[in-house]
Amino acid sequence: MEQLVDVSRLRNARSWPAEGFTRVPAWIYTDEENYQRELDILFAGNSWSYVGLACELPETGSFKRAWIGERQVIVIRDEEGINVVENRCAHRSSAICWKNQGKMADLTCPYHQWNYSLKGDLLGVPLRRGVHGEGGMPTDFKLTEHGLNKLRVAVRGGTIWATFSDGAPSFEDYCGEELIARFDRIFTKAPLRIVGYSKQIIPSNWKLYLENSRDPYHATLLHTFFITFGLYRADNEHLTAPVQGGRHSSNYAISAGKKVTSETSQMTRFNHGLTLRDMEIVGHRDEFGDRQNTALQIFPSAFIQQHANVLAVRNIIPRGVGRLELSWTYFGYVDDDEELRRLRLKQSNLVGPGGLVSLEDSELLKPLQSNVSGYADSVAFLEMGGTDVKTQYSMATEVGLRAFYDFYRKEMEL
Amino acid sequence: MNNLKSLKLPLPPEIQLSVAEMFEAYAEACDSGHLQKWHEFFTDDAIYRVTSRENYQAGLAHGDIYCEGLAMIRDRADALLDSTVYEPRALRHLISHPRIELLSEKRLAARTSFLVIEAMSDDEPQIYMSGTYVDELAVQDAQLKFSKRVCVYDNYRIRTSLVYPV
Repeated sequence: MEQLVDVSRLRNARSWPAEGFTRVPAWIYTDEENYQRELDILFAGNSWSYVGLACELPETGSFKRAWIGERQVIVIRDEEGINVVENRCAHRSSAICWKNQGKMADLTCPYHQWNYSLKGDLLGVPLRRGVHGEGGMPTDFKLTEHGLNKLRVAVRGGTIWATFSDGAPSFEDYCGEELIARFDRIFTKAPLRIVGYSKQIIPSNWKLYLENSRDPYHATLLHTFFITFGLYRADNEHLTAPVQGGRHSSNYAISAGKKVTSETSQMTRFNHGLTLRDMEIVGHRDEFGDRQNTALQIFPSAFIQQHANVLAVRNIIPRGVGRLELSWTYFGYVDDDEELRRLRLKQSNLVGPGGLVSLEDSELLKPLQSNVSGYADSVAFLEMGGTDVKTQYSMATEVGLRAFYDFYRKEMEL
Repeated sequence: MNNLKSLKLPLPPEIQLSVAEMFEAYAEACDSGHLQKWHEFFTDDAIYRVTSRENYQAGLAHGDIYCEGLAMIRDRADALLDSTVYEPRALRHLISHPRIELLSEKRLAARTSFLVIEAMSDDEPQIYMSGTYVDELAVQDAQLKFSKRVCVYDNYRIRTSLVYPV
């Protein structure tokens, strides 16, 4: 017998629920076409992406590779400053740089040795005049028309940002005053130094990670370490602030210490028996003088975290619709004393791929991705803390997610 | 772990064997999930660190796991056993024969290749990590123990999470 197909239902499979940003449809985590649009609109569009720290490039010719969405770029220092060019030869699209970090005199494509300056200008093409009067480039070939794709670059407080867009506002205007003030608290304190790197590949859509880091509600319930030691807890003094219409976010909490209050009885993971032999891992030397733990998200690729004395940039790199790479750069300040150096190393046991707190997030996201796949009609419910997108002084809220999806729908025209 | 008073050159075969045996026992403690015993392989002031080749070669001190002293090593094991939330998995360590160097009468250095295979509770075993153990061993309480175990992995990235010790 002939089966009737409900066409209206198929069309609805790619639409947003009528309730608006208090609902998130599951198809946005698995849809290939939507993912390609995200790469074009959100990553390669009018946005600034994190590509590194200036202290990673100490000398002229120092370079590192970075990714903006799935596009690979080379971040490289010349005599005048820091340049960012796409790692893609103007000739045949071959990758020019295969190393993650190092030093080079110029940029030469391994395929046909097209040679570029550290700014990405084409300097020379081998066999340009041909051999024995045969072959070679046409006489009207102009080096100036075949440079590498150059990105706009912004450097602030030792951090490097790049955009593919000519139309994007300045990095400062892109972030806005409120976020820049929070940003400067961390990055203009003293010159930076690298503590180290961690990288992990998580089998989930990149937005599930972005949501996770804008969601203080889960942190108060899932993460035992945070809860028991009062590092980040529902009864903390806490600000959850969407910034620039939900594009970015800025959260901070003031730690309360290990104590029992009326709220802890509702935290089933509050573990009275959890004691540590070495308390430095959950200590906090108040180096900023405000007792805050802070988290800033600069859309789309950077999540900046100061958790006690651990300082890190998490770089979100999508690797396909169902995979994301999370690249952690841990940093400190060049004038850190011995105690701060030790605290940063020890406290980093809470975050990163092996972090006793963060590993719970990566563990959770893998089965979560499986559960949103194949449920195109499924819808998430985000009404914790109300149905609006205003800044809240609470952790029991999903306002960060609502504000993000308010922004996301407008950008993606969904 | 043999009863030892001191170490002398040439390193007798039984010492070589006891080092290799200790490494196998360590691997078994990790693989069987009996993390209560994990700390017994370390001296009181031991450093245990899991880090990428990238960090190690650049001389960066950071570790994905970084424990300074036995207290932190025990805290990590207890947290994994009692409180941290993660998917069930089984690990299998395959380790090469250790290359041993005598540092002093009471201290050895060793380098050993490792391969860790991970079997998630709903999936086939897959290679999780390969790398080199860069170790220093000392005699404490008449037993050989790690005073330093740095697990330097070759992976560009860690697959999902680093839950159990390497």
